[in-house]
Amino acid sequence: MPDHILQLQEITKSFGGTQVLRGISIDICQGEFITFLGSSGCGKTTTLRIIAGLEEPDSGRVLLEGRDVTALAPNKRDVNTVFQNYALFPHMTVGQNIAYSLRLRKAPKEEQRKTVEEMLDLVQLSGYEKRMPSELSGGQRQRVAIARALASRPRVLLLDEPLGALDLQLRRQMQVELGRLQKKLGVTFLYITHDQEEALNMSDRIVVMREGRFEQIGTPSEVYDHPRTAFVARFVGSANIFRGRVAGGGGPLPRAELTGGDFVFLPGNGVFAPGSSVAVAVRSEQLQFHRRDGKSEGGIRAVVREKTFAGGMLRIAFALEDGEEAVASRHGIDLDLRPGEQVLLSWDPALAPVVEDAP
Amino acid sequence: MSKKKNGPAWLMVLPLYLFTLVFVLGPLVYMVVLSLLRRAEVWGVTNQFTLENYKNILAPVYLKTFVESFRLAVISTGIIALIGYPFGYFMAKLQGRWKQGVMMALMIPFWTSSLIRLYGWIIVLRSGGVLDQLLMGLGLTNGPLRMLYTYPAVVIGMVYALVPFMILAVYSSAEKMDWGLVEAARDLGASAPKAFLTITFPLTLPGLLSGVILTFIPSMGLFFIADILGGNKVVLVGSVIQDQLTQARNWPFAAALSVVLMILTSAMIWLYRKVAHVKELEGLL
Repeated sequence: MPDHILQLQEITKSFGGTQVLRGISIDICQGEFITFLGSSGCGKTTTLRIIAGLEEPDSGRVLLEGRDVTALAPNKRDVNTVFQNYALFPHMTVGQNIAYSLRLRKAPKEEQRKTVEEMLDLVQLSGYEKRMPSELSGGQRQRVAIARALASRPRVLLLDEPLGALDLQLRRQMQVELGRLQKKLGVTFLYITHDQEEALNMSDRIVVMREGRFEQIGTPSEVYDHPRTAFVARFVGSANIFRGRVAGGGGPLPRAELTGGDFVFLPGNGVFAPGSSVAVAVRSEQLQFHRRDGKSEGGIRAVVREKTFAGGMLRIAFALEDGEEAVASRHGIDLDLRPGEQVLLSWDPALAPVVEDAP
Repeated sequence: MSKKKNGPAWLMVLPLYLFTLVFVLGPLVYMVVLSLLRRAEVWGVTNQFTLENYKNILAPVYLKTFVESFRLAVISTGIIALIGYPFGYFMAKLQGRWKQGVMMALMIPFWTSSLIRLYGWIIVLRSGGVLDQLLMGLGLTNGPLRMLYTYPAVVIGMVYALVPFMILAVYSSAEKMDWGLVEAARDLGASAPKAFLTITFPLTLPGLLSGVILTFIPSMGLFFIADILGGNKVVLVGSVIQDQLTQARNWPFAAALSVVLMILTSAMIWLYRKVAHVKELEGLL
């Protein structure tokens, strides 16, 4: 497969008896922007370090352009890393940092100078080559780290939560710039983050990781609109998960009975065996609610617990009959609903996918 | 700056200045003054100004001791750096409990007087001593080495006495080192030795350099090591000063020698910092 630049095959890794990676495999295409998304401790950084050669897997193989590099030292791999804490060399100027990889292979002075200039231009830091890293702001250091990693024209660039230490505004701006950079250079980017917004924003494909496994691999819209599991639905779409059993009985749409005793409709295109357990993912912005008055027309009984305002969205938390919680979000800053009020929850079955609910 | 309730700021640092004045500057001035006076017939000095003492230092026999001291200091410091740097470096890389263990092992000897520890070296180095027995027992040498009271014995003593300072200086530098930088260098294409040379070494250099100063200065003046392990064969400036002070009772001459030694050492440090381009020295200056 010539257009698979990077392949992981059944990689496992343990640290002191704890299994961090449980046999992961993926083929990554040339020029792809692929994001490994997961919460801390899911093994995403370990995966990156194995690809970089800073860690050796217990079993499995890493192929770079079809060549097995599993046992190759990091300096022998055409892969560079942008580290989470930037790891700029404090005793070198910005220019020396960027030219480091070129100096190592004894590139001519003129080529070094040119590359530094070009790279600084690329990350919009022209004229900074004489500065020391300590004289730069966090965002500028980040750019230098990217420029340094790109200077030797690696086949794959690994980015380990590179925007984690920046403030929100700068992070948004850098997301756009990283995307632009990647399109311009056509270098394969392997990006690691725990921020689903970042992942959805920039990636061609997202790999959702959970406890050392790949939970789902797909484009942002596949992962967001068609989560395969309850975990992905919750992590990527911050969806509510409603659990129940498929109920028999004839209607236009299949139904399920929730643990609380309420009935919900399932997507019409599925085939469900009556009695089997089922989980439905409903994203917070798609969760409907109305006050419970005498003439209620179906839905899930719930009580308003609290309202919070965050990030331009109003979040309303509901307590369900079975003790679970559900969250709805709306634009705006307030709503004519008070905590303690009785409501009915519902949604459009077509927009609420059924997901696997492995513990 | 707002006014503090506790009174002016200089009151807070007054004890520091007083201490420095009384215990550092005072003796220094006293020594310089002493070096410019004439010795009295039997005891002490007379209040007569003279440069005689400094002229006396120019005698070949004394100049030779300066050269000899310098040579010994350079050799000892060189060996100390060769042992101390790798030691401190690897010590910083040790894990928790091991690190504490090594640190303990380094510290425990300081609980005993260095004089007593040096007498221990006599037992090791003397003809037919521990070292000779070991070497002869292993069949490596035929007869005793007669190491004691030789130049190498003095060097061994110097290295032994001063190597902990080098180790600790390098250690504190290496301890602060971000090993992620080495990973970054490897990632960018540096082999392990290359990463050491371009990243680790420059970043631990302040430790090594302050270690050099911490060992070089004392090794210029540690007369008792030369006395105990060198017999009368190795005469250092320190020994001469001590002799002049206690045996010959020539206080002004001893003071003049001390002043010259101090100026020479300071000049060397100044030169060294100029040449080495060090802005910061680990925990020093």
